[in-house]
Amino acid sequence: MEGIVGYGVYIPRYRIKTEEIARVWGNDGESVKKGLMIGEKAVAGIDEDAATIAVEAARNALSRAEISAKEIGAIYVGSESHPYTVKPTATIVAEAVDATPELTAADFEFACKAGTAAMQAVLALVKSGMVKYGLAIGSDTAQGAPGDPLEYTAAGGGAAYIIGKNNPLATIEATYSFTTDTPDFWRREGQPYPRHGGRFTGLPAYFKHVSSAAKGLMDSLGKGPEDFDFAVFHQPNGKFPRVVAKKLGFEKEQFEAGILVDRIGNTYSGSSILGLAKVLDIAKPGQKILLTSFGSGAGSDAFSLVVEDSIEEKRPLAPLVEDYISDKVYIDYAIYVKLRKKIRV
Amino acid sequence: MNRVAVIGLGLTKFGEMWDSSFTRLFVEAGAAAVEDAGMDGKDIGAIYIGNMSGGRFIDQEHISSLIADRAGLNPISSTRVEAACASGGLAVRQAIMAINSGMHDIVVAGGVEKMTDVLTEKTTQTLATASDTEWEAFLGMTFPGLYAMMARRHMYEYGTTREQLAMVSVKNHRNAMDNPYAQYHTEITVEQVINSPLVADPLRLLDCSPITDGAACVILASEKKAKDFVDNPVYITGSGQASSTISLHSREKITTVDATVNAAEEAYKRAKKDAKDIQVAEVHDAFTIGEIVAIEGLGFFEKGKGGIATEEGLTERGGKIPVNTSGGLKAKGHPVGATGVAQVVEIALQLRGEAGKRQVDADIGLTHNVGGSGGTAVVHILEK
Amino acid sequence: MSIPRFWRNIKSRYDLIGKQCKSCKSIYFPPRNFCPKCRRIGELEDYKLKGKGEVVTYTIIRTPPDGFDMVSPYIMGIVELEEGPMLTTQIVDADVNEIYIGMPVERVFRKIGEDGDAGLIYYGYKFRPAPKEE
Repeated sequence: MEGIVGYGVYIPRYRIKTEEIARVWGNDGESVKKGLMIGEKAVAGIDEDAATIAVEAARNALSRAEISAKEIGAIYVGSESHPYTVKPTATIVAEAVDATPELTAADFEFACKAGTAAMQAVLALVKSGMVKYGLAIGSDTAQGAPGDPLEYTAAGGGAAYIIGKNNPLATIEATYSFTTDTPDFWRREGQPYPRHGGRFTGLPAYFKHVSSAAKGLMDSLGKGPEDFDFAVFHQPNGKFPRVVAKKLGFEKEQFEAGILVDRIGNTYSGSSILGLAKVLDIAKPGQKILLTSFGSGAGSDAFSLVVEDSIEEKRPLAPLVEDYISDKVYIDYAIYVKLRKKIRV
Repeated sequence: MNRVAVIGLGLTKFGEMWDSSFTRLFVEAGAAAVEDAGMDGKDIGAIYIGNMSGGRFIDQEHISSLIADRAGLNPISSTRVEAACASGGLAVRQAIMAINSGMHDIVVAGGVEKMTDVLTEKTTQTLATASDTEWEAFLGMTFPGLYAMMARRHMYEYGTTREQLAMVSVKNHRNAMDNPYAQYHTEITVEQVINSPLVADPLRLLDCSPITDGAACVILASEKKAKDFVDNPVYITGSGQASSTISLHSREKITTVDATVNAAEEAYKRAKKDAKDIQVAEVHDAFTIGEIVAIEGLGFFEKGKGGIATEEGLTERGGKIPVNTSGGLKAKGHPVGATGVAQVVEIALQLRGEAGKRQVDADIGLTHNVGGSGGTAVVHILEK
Repeated sequence: MSIPRFWRNIKSRYDLIGKQCKSCKSIYFPPRNFCPKCRRIGELEDYKLKGKGEVVTYTIIRTPPDGFDMVSPYIMGIVELEEGPMLTTQIVDADVNEIYIGMPVERVFRKIGEDGDAGLIYYGYKFRPAPKEE
């Protein structure tokens, strides 16, 4: 059965604390921290962007997959911070992992769920027999306007998944999507920072789509929350995934393992799939995982996965999510604006 | 090779010569050399000009024609040669070969660089083109950076100290005090060097040669023809030139400029001389570590002992072998294309006994000119 | 750098593809078109380097060239790869005080520079401290 044959992540090492951002804007750090349930976020270095993050994650995924990159028939990179508006990130990745030239490649954009959209597309190509292996990546260096509440959460990071039929470390049992046109968050062409509908991003957007997709998937499989060992959700802040998980009937020990937003922020296209990687870092063969993403605009993709035996031998072949989370350097707001190119020379 | 006489010497003041254009610089040095030789322009058989980057510094290529034209020397054949900072040394060598081939009796070897017509950033960028632009400069490497990596490795392998590097600068600044053509007439201390701003660790500002405008010119003649103009000329008795990898990372050893070793070997062989015969030398101290690596590569001191030799004063005037009596590239200044020629001017002055207050007692001298981080080296041996 | 000049060596810049001489087995990086030892044309084939090595020497650039102001100060070094060749590279994710000769490093994919706000982005290899071998 089709599944994940290799996964890899990358999180930049710079961190800025919530209190530090709050200090600059005259907000109360403690209450912001409590409200968003985010202590610090990961910030890309000055020489990093969605493409470099994607490449690093892809190389880690390849180490675990133990396949030749030339066997990859499709590369799709999901991001809302592609370095170029016109010119694919996917070709950069393809060349950097030496998968060129016999493959198809494209960039995906669907706010924070472009990574899971890429996974679905790649899965379909593998299922149809069009490609032997497909590489799907979600990678972002998310933008938040200075002073916007998004600045507390918009972070850098990414995850890559190689999907194929041979010896998967987790099989993908089923996937289900729920999509509507719900304008909760957007960025217009040529604009550096996104805009959003404030509290409108909550109930009609995140909660409606995430719970509908998760429920839809479980219903289609005739399963309930008790059938899963882990549940991973898109995590724009620390609160949303916990609230939606509880509402869906999941227990703490099912959803806490996949939450990392409190320590790295919202990595947008990387967010839910970094959560999935964190779970794969600890899961045992036979365990079942529910993954549900969310992308503003809006839609959710849900996946049901079963961890396979080969996870044990493949896991040590690349760094774990925790390795990246713990390798960190704190920066202040001044360095932050330099790294994020909010000042120009 | 047949020895070749040096019959005329010309030099401009080195420094930030705001009033002097590229053309004025070389005309000034050329006229001085012709006058020194007591000859007329029409006696010249050919011109060789060392110039690193007319194209980038003054937006002018076809330097050869410009020079013959502006110096009123048409239709004499004029040729520009380029090997970055070794362009001048190359011009001298081409002139020697032109005479030794029998094609010409009197040949001009000049060098000129006008570096201050562009902003410092452009100058720095231009100098970086002497490295491997694709695999060094493009990645963020600078020219001081390359020598800094040499210095770091030299300190690691041989225990060369930060102070020893500084002593090269201190000595060369002291020498320049007695050279009216030098860019700097300021004595500096070891403390000043090691407290000057970092440019590329461990190299600091006062380890680096400056940006300089200047020109130098020598007139060379066959031994037979030379007698028509001067009674007791000094002679170039040996010449050597060698190539090595343009990028530092491709060298067998980071701390040895093998082009220097090979060029010196050729020059010594041609002159039938040895390192121990050399009594005064002008070497390529674009950076302080450059002088230390040079005095080792030329065989004056054992490999790794260049730092300690400097510390012991062996390269001072009055030392075992005075090095860079002119002030060197560091204090006399480094108009890149002119440097190799200016070195020959200094040694010729020393052998003639016309070096004024910086005069040392010497009958045999050597010049050593390096292009890039060591992709090219040119060595000449001069004798009374 | 001009676009064709950058693009021509994109595999080497992105993925450390060097060259190996078929006759003398010498490995070259940066890539060469010609084996300087054998001096036979057409005898070089692609050779993929693993990207692990050791710092041979280094410097910290404090006076950066144009386009590198925002990253300054930064470490540049010569790295000797496990397969033998040495290359010049920026060393990232290391504090300027923690770098040393002999430090084990591994390649990483980063932005090398960009041609202003509207021009091409140049990606390529840099190196970072490698995790200690168990």
